[in-house]
Amino acid sequence: MLTDPFLLKALLAGLLISVACGIVGSLVVVRRLTFITGGIAHAVLGGVGVALFFNIAPVWGIFISGQLAALILGIVSRKVKRYEEPIIAALWSVGMALGVLLAALSPGYQSDLMSYLFGNILLISHLDILNVVILDAIIIIITSLFYKPLRIVCFDEEYAALRGLPTNFFYLLLLSLIALTVICVMRVVGLIMVIALMALPPTMMLRHTNRLHVVMLGSSIISAALIAAGLLISFRFDYPSGATIVLLTGFVFLVKTFISELRAKA
Amino acid sequence: MSADTILTFRNVNFGYGPHKVLDDVSFSVKRGEYVGIVGPNGGGKTTLFKLVLGILKPHSGEIKLFGKEPEETRYRVGYVPQYFNVDRQFPINVAALIEAGLLNHSGFLPISKKEAKEKIANVLKSVYLDGYQKRAVGELSGGELQRVLIARALVSDPELLLLDEPTANVDPAVGVSLNGLFQELNKDHTIVIVSHDIGFVSSSVTSILCLNEKLYQHDGSKLTPEVIESLYGGHVHLVNHCHHCHGEENDAD
Repeated sequence: MLTDPFLLKALLAGLLISVACGIVGSLVVVRRLTFITGGIAHAVLGGVGVALFFNIAPVWGIFISGQLAALILGIVSRKVKRYEEPIIAALWSVGMALGVLLAALSPGYQSDLMSYLFGNILLISHLDILNVVILDAIIIIITSLFYKPLRIVCFDEEYAALRGLPTNFFYLLLLSLIALTVICVMRVVGLIMVIALMALPPTMMLRHTNRLHVVMLGSSIISAALIAAGLLISFRFDYPSGATIVLLTGFVFLVKTFISELRAKA
Repeated sequence: MSADTILTFRNVNFGYGPHKVLDDVSFSVKRGEYVGIVGPNGGGKTTLFKLVLGILKPHSGEIKLFGKEPEETRYRVGYVPQYFNVDRQFPINVAALIEAGLLNHSGFLPISKKEAKEKIANVLKSVYLDGYQKRAVGELSGGELQRVLIARALVSDPELLLLDEPTANVDPAVGVSLNGLFQELNKDHTIVIVSHDIGFVSSSVTSILCLNEKLYQHDGSKLTPEVIESLYGGHVHLVNHCHHCHGEENDAD
């Protein structure tokens, strides 16, 4: 089984994706941005629909819609905070509706849309892997360069602003990184399940360290292990890969949380 | 403005929508003073700090911090927020939290890592938390976290310290030890403290500002029942108590 080129390519992609997931997912969890992440993920589907309708490479639709959603959410949450939740809900549902409608109007692309919704890592191309390598590099460089300001903006934004840090810039940068990561992860588990893979591994790590970079590293390792195990199970039993990975992640999270709570009470 | 005056409010008005919070507030703080601001919840105490720091803008009137607009000079201020606003689940240790007080405007350390480590160790000593660098924020008691936040404010060597309800939700013994710490810090820093704990403030400061939309300034630390009554708007019974005695009544009724 391990010599199958499809599986090896999928495992490599999974390993690369877990880096982005672990780093940015940790920031999402500590800054409590999972709802916004869901909004960006679903808005991306609108971009896929537009790309399919106009017969452009979907990667451009995904990239532009992801970044646009991040920018809109960033500006709204800064300028008119009371509209933040309605705007997330609007992007979430309108993005999906636009994607479904435009894909339906683009004959022959229904299956493509399903692969974005639910993911199919076994169909990942060499170009996709190259894209993930580039995105990983961008995420690693940016978080290494801005680690300290990102950490303090996530921890105590008001204090960061008082120190004169450009908090709006760092918030938008964070949302932009989230959009990039969503783009990576959606190839594996699809848009609908992207939140599980970004939020659960960092949450599992939080109990074990008081250092953010260790949470990032540990989450990447946990994500890599879960993606690899989920892939092997799905390949062996011919299950859908994205759903298998997410179910496995959810199961491990529940068991881990249960054990941690028991230990805390003991 | 005298060279010794570091903070001035002149006829400042502020409100949230139709709700007026500060009504024609004027006062000044001189270098070396230890000023207490007391008043009921919702009386505008925290809003006043946000105006000092330039987070909020007054609707009318003038605020000068070190003779300039607050945004230009707030880096010279050490601000200590209420500790229960801190996210204690966040994966950050004491050293990293205090290091935030050293970051420059771009978010980078303007000094070497070694220098930063030394500064952090020294400031932790000054708040009696020697060796706490690697402790997780979530593991600290309320009093310890309060001291860590004070250390973060002190590490950049500020000229003015703003303390927002530093004794709220800490037990009386911790309150007494914090009181001693503030007296000591007052030797090198001007301090403005906001508190609902009239007993705590009246026992330590050099002057008291009573704030409930309007502001009443009192030299010295004497508070009469009449002043408190006008501040809280009801009958007030003043109970004398020993503030520095452990285990005894600590709040004014």
